[in-house]
Amino acid sequence: MDTVLKVRDLAVDFKTDLGLTHALVDVGFDMPRGKVTAIVGESGSGKSVTANCIMRIIQPPGRIVGGTIDFAPQGMDPFEIVSLGKRDPRLKELRGGLISMVFQEPMTALSPVYTVGNQVAEAILCHRKVGRKQAWQEAAEMLERVGIDDIDRRIRMYPFEFSGGMRQRVVIAMALVCHPEILICDEPTTALDVTIQAEILTLIRDLQQELGNSVLFITHDIGVVAQLADQVVVMYQGRVLEIGTVRQVLKDPVHPYTKGLLAAIPGLAPKGEPLATIATVVGDTDITRPYPLVTLRDGRQVSLPRDQLQGAVG
Amino acid sequence: MRSYLLSRLLGMIPTLAVISVIIFVVIQLPPGDIVTSMLDRLQAQGVDTTEEYVQNLRAQYNLDKPMVLQYFYWAGNLLTGDMGYSHLYSRPVNDLLWERLGYTLSITVSALFFTWLVALPIGIYSAIRQYSIGDYILTTIALVGLATPPFLVALVFMHIGFDWFGVSTGGLFSPEYEDAPWSWARIADLLAHIWLPMIIIGLGSAAFTMRILRANLLDELNKPYVVTARAKGVGHAKLIIKYPVRIAINPFISTIGFVLPSLISGEAIVSLVMGLPTIGPLLLQALLNQDMFLAGSLLMWLAILTVVGILLSDILLAWIDPRIRFE
Repeated sequence: MDTVLKVRDLAVDFKTDLGLTHALVDVGFDMPRGKVTAIVGESGSGKSVTANCIMRIIQPPGRIVGGTIDFAPQGMDPFEIVSLGKRDPRLKELRGGLISMVFQEPMTALSPVYTVGNQVAEAILCHRKVGRKQAWQEAAEMLERVGIDDIDRRIRMYPFEFSGGMRQRVVIAMALVCHPEILICDEPTTALDVTIQAEILTLIRDLQQELGNSVLFITHDIGVVAQLADQVVVMYQGRVLEIGTVRQVLKDPVHPYTKGLLAAIPGLAPKGEPLATIATVVGDTDITRPYPLVTLRDGRQVSLPRDQLQGAVG
Repeated sequence: MRSYLLSRLLGMIPTLAVISVIIFVVIQLPPGDIVTSMLDRLQAQGVDTTEEYVQNLRAQYNLDKPMVLQYFYWAGNLLTGDMGYSHLYSRPVNDLLWERLGYTLSITVSALFFTWLVALPIGIYSAIRQYSIGDYILTTIALVGLATPPFLVALVFMHIGFDWFGVSTGGLFSPEYEDAPWSWARIADLLAHIWLPMIIIGLGSAAFTMRILRANLLDELNKPYVVTARAKGVGHAKLIIKYPVRIAINPFISTIGFVLPSLISGEAIVSLVMGLPTIGPLLLQALLNQDMFLAGSLLMWLAILTVVGILLSDILLAWIDPRIRFE
């Protein structure tokens, strides 16, 4: 399998007044090239922290304390992200050039005092030696591609003149305008209403198939995962519990936590019965204790105590 | 934008009219008037005055008319540009005012620039290096600067200047240029003197501005749009200036109008201490001596400067922030 990103033993600590919080503990997964990998988990499970590590935009009090992220962009020597120096030119190239990000809050993800064109063109000017005019031209083309019409007028408008859905289109254009190897989407539809959510998801999938980039999609919405992902990574309390193809994880989950997560979705639960909570399904398994990820015969990986593993394999 | 400007300009007229009424009433509030204080002085010099002379004097200043009429005489004269006659200095107010207004404006405007020049980089540094040693040191200096009254700073500076360097730091001119006509040499002499009051008057507001900028910037630094820009690959220095700082300075632009009057009133005491020929000491003397034409005109001019200052800062803000421009 051609792997574009290989995360191993990634650990992040947050220093707080109450002591050290381990936000990520030995997180590891592979991203296949040209595919959509989804990270699912509840709030605080470390999904966004993982994404921020890949971009190296973890802000204090957060700190990467261990692990490696091996990145193999096409047409470039592969390199490791965690050990990049602050002034390494590859770090600047990484952010927005090789890997770019779409955020949760389109209402606040753009600066209100610069035009849409200015902010999209800036992404080009940061990474390529082209003139302003050329950058604006390419920004306009990308904005049209993400579905913003009347571009000659709109490109000179300010973000606050746009609706939430349109702003998210602008952020997507900004992320894709340098043709990144990986697009990270950090809950890009959470802040949007349902009809717009569907449009944005379709847009992300269509552009991914058109441009052939890899996508890391972070969400807590299992429906979105089913619609979009090729591979699923389930996270809980800063650890990876289960990795598999979308069919394996959604149809036939092994880890009790994954089973609980699926049982707690209203649409999938049996009708007429009270909705299961994650806790009732998980039962006696202590999911707060870390176990190493073990690869099963069908290729999926789970983190379970030894005795339960045997049951899962059998 | 044009209609906005026009409506703002028209709005200034009633504002200033109301202010003029208030100024007039306040000046009339203390017991006595110009004539009584003139008579006091004449009596102190041993000059006897007749009842007829007093009546003539009152008539000359329209003091025998009803209060409302007195206001309209005063306001009408102001509109024609005649600000009356200062009996205290025995000169027309117009003569007294212009030169001092010029000095006051040049000191306050340069103090404003000094404030920004100092507060902007320090405030930014303090915010992006929050709780660093540099932040603590600069914060301490700023708090001392805030807590020290400017006149005390003025005294300390003058003492140091006189004792250690043997230079007299008072006034805006060296003695030989005091009454000289304007020339390049006189301007150079002015510049050589104006920097000290500029620093002393600007120091307090620089400390204040720096603290507020630090707080504003800390609010903005972790906003999603900053993270977006960082994820886009914008370099660190450009990122800070172009994104959070640009938003964090907005409140300051809107306060330029308010800073002007506070700088002018802060300037009054410093000017007394340093012997500066500005409006502050003149206003104090005028109020003490109930020189109503002088005091009224000075207060009116301060009001006009403030209203114009606020208008200018609003225009500047609309120019710099599209959110206001498009409302």
